[in-house]
Amino acid sequence: MEKRAVFRAGSLAYLLILPQLLLVFVFFYWPTGAALYWAFTLEMPWGGGNQWVGLENFTAVLKDGKYWSSVVASCVFAFAATALALAQALVLALFVDRQLRGSRGFRSFYVWPYAVAAPAVSLAFRFIFAPETGLVAFVNQWWPGLWNPSINGAQAMALVVLCFAWKWIGYNFIFLLAALQSIPRALMEASAMDGAGPLRRMLDIQLPLLTPTFFFLLVINLTESFVGPDSFGIVDILTEGGPANATNLLVYKIYSDGFKGLDYSGAAAQSIILMLLVMVLTFIQFRWVERRVHYK
Amino acid sequence: MSFVSKLQMSAAAGALVAAFAVSPAAAERARFEFWYGLTGDLGERVQETCKRFNDSQQEFEAVCVGQGGYPNAVQNAIAAYRAGKQPTIVQVYDGGTLDLMLSGAYVPARKLMADNGYEVKWDDYFSGIANYYATAKGELLSFPYNSSTAMLYWNRDAFAKIGRDKAPATWEEVEEVARELKKAGYECPLGFNFDTWQILEQFSAIHGEPIATKNNGYDGLDAEVVFNKTKFVDHVKFFKRMADEGVFTVRTKEAGMDIVPSFASGACQMIQTSIADHGTIGKTAAADMKWDVAMLPVWNGTERKNSLVGGASLWVLAGKSEPEYKGAAAFLKFIGTPESAEWWSTVTGYIPVTNSGFEAMKAKGFYDKAPYKGRELAIESLTFTPTTPITRGIRLGGFMQIRKEVTDALQGIFAGKVGVEEALNEAAERSNAVLRRFEKTYAGKSLL
Repeated sequence: MEKRAVFRAGSLAYLLILPQLLLVFVFFYWPTGAALYWAFTLEMPWGGGNQWVGLENFTAVLKDGKYWSSVVASCVFAFAATALALAQALVLALFVDRQLRGSRGFRSFYVWPYAVAAPAVSLAFRFIFAPETGLVAFVNQWWPGLWNPSINGAQAMALVVLCFAWKWIGYNFIFLLAALQSIPRALMEASAMDGAGPLRRMLDIQLPLLTPTFFFLLVINLTESFVGPDSFGIVDILTEGGPANATNLLVYKIYSDGFKGLDYSGAAAQSIILMLLVMVLTFIQFRWVERRVHYK
Repeated sequence: MSFVSKLQMSAAAGALVAAFAVSPAAAERARFEFWYGLTGDLGERVQETCKRFNDSQQEFEAVCVGQGGYPNAVQNAIAAYRAGKQPTIVQVYDGGTLDLMLSGAYVPARKLMADNGYEVKWDDYFSGIANYYATAKGELLSFPYNSSTAMLYWNRDAFAKIGRDKAPATWEEVEEVARELKKAGYECPLGFNFDTWQILEQFSAIHGEPIATKNNGYDGLDAEVVFNKTKFVDHVKFFKRMADEGVFTVRTKEAGMDIVPSFASGACQMIQTSIADHGTIGKTAAADMKWDVAMLPVWNGTERKNSLVGGASLWVLAGKSEPEYKGAAAFLKFIGTPESAEWWSTVTGYIPVTNSGFEAMKAKGFYDKAPYKGRELAIESLTFTPTTPITRGIRLGGFMQIRKEVTDALQGIFAGKVGVEEALNEAAERSNAVLRRFEKTYAGKSLL
């Protein structure tokens, strides 16, 4: 039978965790509760009263075609940005792990983008990708009208995806590299002696052993791209949700409806829905994707 | 000792004396806060205004805090008000007017001044400006501050190349000029963005077209938008046709260069923008570039009406202490003096808001000299006719959301994704949903 050490000091334990609980309550449960309440009322922005309207805010949101196009935009953004950031980081990590020339330098070099604030990244992207004045403006000289994310929604989406991925590659890279380096050398050496080339070793040994890290990064990247401050900052600077709502991600729509449009109740209902959506998504990942993960 | 170092010495001594002399008095000064939304160069001018006020008297001290943009100023003031930490004065842009008006979270302008014993000639304000911030009965609730209206900016150099020396007065002429400019090799004869203020709001006012029923919302919260049934629809179709032919060009911040820098750099030859940009363009354009402003063009056969005021006004919020209100009243009195009005108009492009201020500046010859010449046309445009029930202003709930609906529609139209009528009908339908939601939020309250 297993032996367990038990500390019997109930009240002290509660006292010790109280500060943390208070913080969580004040900064998470309280605002969430307030948002939940607002979602069922029509709130006057300057205070002075509200009235209970039941589910009306939710039905209004769910019946709104533009809300659903925001849902689609959010999904496209999240999956595309996550795929791009993970795939690119994996390639970089595999190469750095192979100890090619200069890999020590690259190891710290690739993390930098993550340290730059999202609005700063977006400003840089705006200067580079502006269709008339940016560095890429030359493509429009070859072929007028080829690149214009301020008019073309698909291009605007590509631009925000690229920007988000650029920033998150660094984060993914460092985790993947650490995971690669914790794979026992003996495994790699043994397979090399058996005649497996680098590609074979990658497919049969490295990738399967990376899956726990990969899964962790998948959850983090998806959540971050759905509700994270980076997606908000990038959209705010690069497109403001436009053109014609093509990049109006759910998290940005909440901000612009609530704070710019002063529709606090509608925004509250949207944030509740978004919260549920992210919870469902994370649940799906743990329920079905995690089954394919090998924890050694 | 050289003259310069003597001067430095005496300046230092003077500063020292001043520091000692002022500090005891400063401690007793009644402080009040003023939050503003203007940014950049204009934000610095607001700071200067506060400094001028603080230097002009010993009794009060204005603490002026920039909030980084119009929407932010409103959002932050709301959050602060709900937490009981609001500033005494806040700058609120046109779109945020109605929410505040219905909230009761303010002290009406007249009451504040009367309570503190100041006489203000309320009918001295230009009616086009005052009505925008007044109740339907005409009682001013906030103080018009930075006021502007939209103008047509045109490049004289480019016009000279095609043998013209006058601004187009009608849209028919604009088309003609723009085509000639295009032929003469100009890439962007007229640049525009998706801001609704010029293309929808100002256009509708000067053409006497309503944006919404119930006199643009002044007569009740149950108004409905009608911009999908007015001349505005044909106007957008005209812009679309011109854009398709490459005669008009979209210039947005997202595309790298908004209309104002596009004009100032000489890339675009005509734009419609606020008179407040007059100062900025004067400062940023090449010194030898010749340009001018004119009233916005109208379609042939239109009986021109006054244009609408843009910008923001100053609201005094409820729930502050007596000394703070005294300070606020003194401050508002100060910025209303003719000297302050002239200084403000000089350093920004904003127009004086009162008849007497304007007349005083005109009498001094302010508008005859080069850098300010042309700005008087903004007043002419604003006062072209007495305000009609339609051109008084726009009083719609959730107006920022409505503007966004129209902007979205315009983006869709110019991307070629939807037809003009279809897009505007959808925008109107969605705007009406916004209005109904607003009406329900303020159920039981009625417009003043």
